Amino acid sequence: MINESTDTQGLTPVEIDELVNVVKKIHGFDFSGYSKASLKRRITRIMQLKKLEFYDLKHLLINDAAFFQHFLEEVTVNVTEMFRDPLFYKALNAQVLPYLSTFQHVKIWSAGCSSGEEAYSLAILLREAGLHKKSFIYGTDINTEVLKEAKKGIYSLRKIKSYAENYQYCGLPGTITDHFTILYDAATVQAELKQNTLFSVHNLISDNVFNEFQMISCRNVFIYFESHLQEKILDLFYKSLCPLGFLCLGSKEAIRSDAFKRRFKTINSKENIYQKIGA
Amino acid sequence: MELSNDIKDRWHNSKVLLLAGSAGSFKLLFHAVKNLPADLNKTVIIIIHRKKNFFSEIEKLFAENSRMYLREISDKDRIDSNTIYIAPANYHTLVENEKQFSLDVSEAVWYSKPSIDVTFESAADVFKDKCTAVLLSGANQDGAEGLLKLRNNGSLTIVQDPADAEMKDMPAAAINIDAADYVLSSNQIFQLLQV
Repeated sequence: MINESTDTQGLTPVEIDELVNVVKKIHGFDFSGYSKASLKRRITRIMQLKKLEFYDLKHLLINDAAFFQHFLEEVTVNVTEMFRDPLFYKALNAQVLPYLSTFQHVKIWSAGCSSGEEAYSLAILLREAGLHKKSFIYGTDINTEVLKEAKKGIYSLRKIKSYAENYQYCGLPGTITDHFTILYDAATVQAELKQNTLFSVHNLISDNVFNEFQMISCRNVFIYFESHLQEKILDLFYKSLCPLGFLCLGSKEAIRSDAFKRRFKTINSKENIYQKIGA
Repeated sequence: MELSNDIKDRWHNSKVLLLAGSAGSFKLLFHAVKNLPADLNKTVIIIIHRKKNFFSEIEKLFAENSRMYLREISDKDRIDSNTIYIAPANYHTLVENEKQFSLDVSEAVWYSKPSIDVTFESAADVFKDKCTAVLLSGANQDGAEGLLKLRNNGSLTIVQDPADAEMKDMPAAAINIDAADYVLSSNQIFQLLQV
């Protein structure tokens, strides 16, 4: 077997298509609309870590269900932070929460929630705004392994401390550790915050509307999808929002489709916060 | 020192200029941006190591001093000629195809996000011999592997002479793995960008 990376091309587009087909046919996950450059990089990384050639990888994907779970975890990027992009949370606080406070109940969907950092960040933000008791946060992801982490809500203290700067930049009072119960190196999200959260599996590409929300946050997810998939998911979000509900995409992920630009009003063009207009 | 015809030809043949650096490269990048002509007929992509939450004014400062349109890259941005693009902090920038960028939030590479290697590797797949890449001063070895891949795919690869660089590690790492077609001083690099 050749292990030196003498091949400068790495995986060819044809080989990537072949793997995508195998995953779709055998496991029912469709990666065909994923951004190609990132997908190639993720798959190449798995091959390097596991020292696999193309045919080894294909064989494992077909025959080894446990390996596929691992593959899914590696291909779908699960890097996240609490209070990632503090300016986003500041904008929410200033422009969205005052509006949400007028609802009797507030339902929020953290779509592509990974290990739950964003969902809990939102819970903390709502708590500080005095809205947490009437709010409920749904976190969804296609990856069952990361959802287990989200449900536990236990992070290493070291990790939580690394988010202290983000927290501070959000302009929130106290420190981030105020919202955790700390035992040795384990920081557990306080029970009160966890109470109003629910984490479950949902595939943005193949699953449907499951509730009606006042706000949907889906940040750093669209970057992995090609434009036509982004539009398909925008349609799902549009249908999942109540009239005048808010859609939050990341600061680098704007609505590009003209059809959807007309159906959303821009609330904050830097953070890409939108409000559903029309019915 | 006179620049060779080979380097000039390959530079003229390039549709894309990749400029990358870390510690000690800011002034050089600023100088390059300031002096690039408005009608360069190339796309310029700048990757500079930067800290998240450091609400820097790089874009503003560069835009005010550039003769070309300059913007920070957003996901799925179209790649246009005569435009300078800057890789955003806390994301990796990838070249999706000749006309489109995509972003990625996966693990830092060499403690860096944006990582120069990530952009270089995806650019190598797409631009091949239509690309000139310049690796400047820096204190780690990000960029070396990516530059080698660019070189292997036919791009013109230039590394700042470590003797001339404020931080030698990054240029030296690239030279060590034979990723450089040319090792030039910053003055020679600026000279090339003008011809």
